[in-house]
Amino acid sequence: MSKKIHVSTTVNGESVEFLCEARQSLLEVLRENLSLTGAKEGCNNGNCGACTVMLNGVPVNSCIVLAVEVEGAAIETVEGLACHGHLHPIQKCFLEGAALQCGVCTPGFLVTAKALLDKNPNPSEHDIRFNLANNLCRCTGYDKIVKAVQAAAAELQTR
Amino acid sequence: MAHANELYLGKQDYQVLGKRPVRHDGTDKVTGKAIYTADVQLPNMLHGKIVRSPHAHARIKSIDASEALAMPGVFAVVTADDFPDLTEKFALMGEAGQVNLTELAANCLAKGKVLYRGHAVAAVAAANVHIADEAASKIKVEYEVLPSVTWVLDAMKDDAPLLHEHLRTDSMGKKADKPSNIAVHLQFEKGNVTDGFQQADVIVEREFRTASVHQGYIEPHAVVALWNEDSRLKLWTATQGSFNCRQQVAELLQIPVSQVLVVPCEIGGGFGGKITVYLEPVAALLSRKSGRPVKMVMQRNEVFEGTGPTPGSFARVKLGAKKDGTLVAGEAWLAYDCGAFPGGMIGPGCMCVFSCYDLPHAKVDGFDVCNNKPKTQAYRAPGSTQAAFACEQVIDELAEKLNIDPIELRLKNAAKEGTRRVDGPVYPRVGFVECLNAAKNSEHWKSKLSGKNRGRGIAAGFWFNIGGASSCSASVNDDGIVCLVEGSTDIGGTRTSIAMQLAETLGIAAEDVRPQVGDTDSVGYTFLTGGSRVTFATGLAAYQLGLDLQEQMKQRAASIWDCDPTSITVDKGVYKQNGHSLTFKQIAAKIPENQLDPVVGRASVAPEGSTNAFGVHIADVEVDPETGKVTVLRYTAIQDAGKAVHPSYVEGQMQGGAAQGIGWALNEEYFFDAKDQMRNASFLDYRMPTCLDLPMIDTIIVEVPNPSHPYGVRGVGETPIVPPPATIANAIHAAVGTRMTQLPMSPPALWKALSERA
Repeated sequence: MSKKIHVSTTVNGESVEFLCEARQSLLEVLRENLSLTGAKEGCNNGNCGACTVMLNGVPVNSCIVLAVEVEGAAIETVEGLACHGHLHPIQKCFLEGAALQCGVCTPGFLVTAKALLDKNPNPSEHDIRFNLANNLCRCTGYDKIVKAVQAAAAELQTR
Repeated sequence: MAHANELYLGKQDYQVLGKRPVRHDGTDKVTGKAIYTADVQLPNMLHGKIVRSPHAHARIKSIDASEALAMPGVFAVVTADDFPDLTEKFALMGEAGQVNLTELAANCLAKGKVLYRGHAVAAVAAANVHIADEAASKIKVEYEVLPSVTWVLDAMKDDAPLLHEHLRTDSMGKKADKPSNIAVHLQFEKGNVTDGFQQADVIVEREFRTASVHQGYIEPHAVVALWNEDSRLKLWTATQGSFNCRQQVAELLQIPVSQVLVVPCEIGGGFGGKITVYLEPVAALLSRKSGRPVKMVMQRNEVFEGTGPTPGSFARVKLGAKKDGTLVAGEAWLAYDCGAFPGGMIGPGCMCVFSCYDLPHAKVDGFDVCNNKPKTQAYRAPGSTQAAFACEQVIDELAEKLNIDPIELRLKNAAKEGTRRVDGPVYPRVGFVECLNAAKNSEHWKSKLSGKNRGRGIAAGFWFNIGGASSCSASVNDDGIVCLVEGSTDIGGTRTSIAMQLAETLGIAAEDVRPQVGDTDSVGYTFLTGGSRVTFATGLAAYQLGLDLQEQMKQRAASIWDCDPTSITVDKGVYKQNGHSLTFKQIAAKIPENQLDPVVGRASVAPEGSTNAFGVHIADVEVDPETGKVTVLRYTAIQDAGKAVHPSYVEGQMQGGAAQGIGWALNEEYFFDAKDQMRNASFLDYRMPTCLDLPMIDTIIVEVPNPSHPYGVRGVGETPIVPPPATIANAIHAAVGTRMTQLPMSPPALWKALSERA
């Protein structure tokens, strides 16, 4: 076993330090070392988006980011979306719009949707579908997911 | 019309059903707090890894784990030899019938031979996943490679490579005298097809082929096993049936069922593929050997190569009609592969192929065929989609030949109450005609579609609602909140649909019921989540539980008022007697004040037989003749839900099933090379639909009450995957005049068909 490497980073606004092996992915460290199991492993090779987190404001598949790469970075996960006991509008719209069934892809979709709306507060249906094509859902047929993101965009605009 | 076993109450003013409350488990799932199996962490836990066959068919000559076992951090290795002797052992497993335990064990860990690439051969437990991976690569397996076969018709040939030397075709109860890959030949007959076809003015006969596809759940198979020193085995797992999982594991390990506790975690999609066990008994053996808890999580290529595809199939379907469109006869010859071990989806395929139509004469032959693929598993209406792809295209072609509108042709011959299906059952009240009329009157069907290479298609689909055992219990808290424990693992929001039926029965709000899925020690036996049964059958249990709780609440009110409980009436959750009136919540609050017995209710049911759900889909497509790519422009799914308990989740089932069916239609397939190795075992290469590939999927819910349920509920989960491939094939035909008889209708396949025609 190789010697472990020390990494300092920020996760959901909090300073975090961890020791990891060079071969460990960010997803593995989030889940195993930091007990943040919201990001899910669906494919472990960057194809399904269930592990999506934001790295310095950009959505990434954390299963294909090495943990040692996040030294000094800011990471946001699904656990950081709700604030002081209140759901983020995207979370609320997913809930109210029944935009989830089994729920395992949901954390990834929420993070991807937040990244989209941060950048483009008024996306067209095509913009939403194009950006969310990073994430696979096998239950919903995407209809209610797209509508939930549209509803969240509308709600965020009224704020 | 009244039915002998009519349970439908005919209620008109629902308080809870038909509303759209936020699902009870929703907040956990949008905040990342919901616990799926891979999220379970136990102290001192090891990680397991499977060693899999690189060959499609081979004899195992030797397994040498000495180098792996010598590695630091490696704790145990198991092979098929670690299973108890299961020779000639069978287990009766609910609707799955007799299960051959030797074969079930050999699918978890190969014995003697590997039968498909990805077949599990050995497993290792180590301190972490990386050491387990390395150790697995150091387990040396020597193989003698054998010829293999993956196409169903090839596997049926006399000179095909044989998977099981002992297998003899069972043809209507009679065993053949020589070995074959054909496990079963089924035949169903109604009337006399020869006479029937003589009455036909037009006959259409076509052959159809479909490739294997995968259920494609996003969560890979996972388990955590802890075999404790008190001999109790505890399993946290992603399963569609915790009791079914418990029984399979107990039978495979030859221990009593009560020695096994299955804790169903949140499950990240199943669609039929998480019924049979793969990892559970292996993790249990590793835990027993190492004395530590063991977690196993499959990688995605393992999911594709080692778990349940749906059958690849061949179908020949022939239908005859009179000039006026009356169908007179139908004949089908279906061969479905079952993969490595007998027992595939041919039975339901035969039952479903003509299930939408009232045929006076019909004959169906079906074959269950072993070949070198993973053992096929259920996938949402298993067997019905392949059959509908064939039958619904033949219907479409008949409509064209007869110059009759495709909806009118279907209406003229639609299965209705009293129609006898070719395999015997006579339909009770069903809603196929109503679905067809809803399609006919839909804005989509009435709209005009114009543009080059564009076409509109329509097709129908059928699936059962099986019954089966369901149990639930509940307690009433002082604040009037009812805690419900039910046994059906929740793969799509059923906790809420069951809770809503309890709330409706009690006259309280859906939010005032707290549902949870119990583990196998804390709730009564409940058959698996499948067959579109949960909202129907476990919902029936919840209704009966509601009646039990209501009766007890009456008794408590009677104690408070000092009256006879039979003199109390209940309306919408308000209990009344002779001027007294208390709500459900008020009585709940008075129970401790008055030192009355707490209210704890229970119900268990096992409805027999099955009821039925029909659907009709409409698609507009555009074909790119340069590339063969099909774009779905517009899509509408119509379905009879009996009574839509939570319309959003009914729509969700219809939309999700349609999307899976569109993927099956246009792109998904197990792509095998010359050595029968799957070459696209990743999400990138297998390529399920993304949201950019699909339009919005419009839904029309039709409600024709199910006579076998007090609220008329029908299961809705499976039917929606049945019509899409035929719907899209019919739309492609309308767009470019080419009849696609092969799935998937991928760009290369369609381009080839268009080129050949040119």
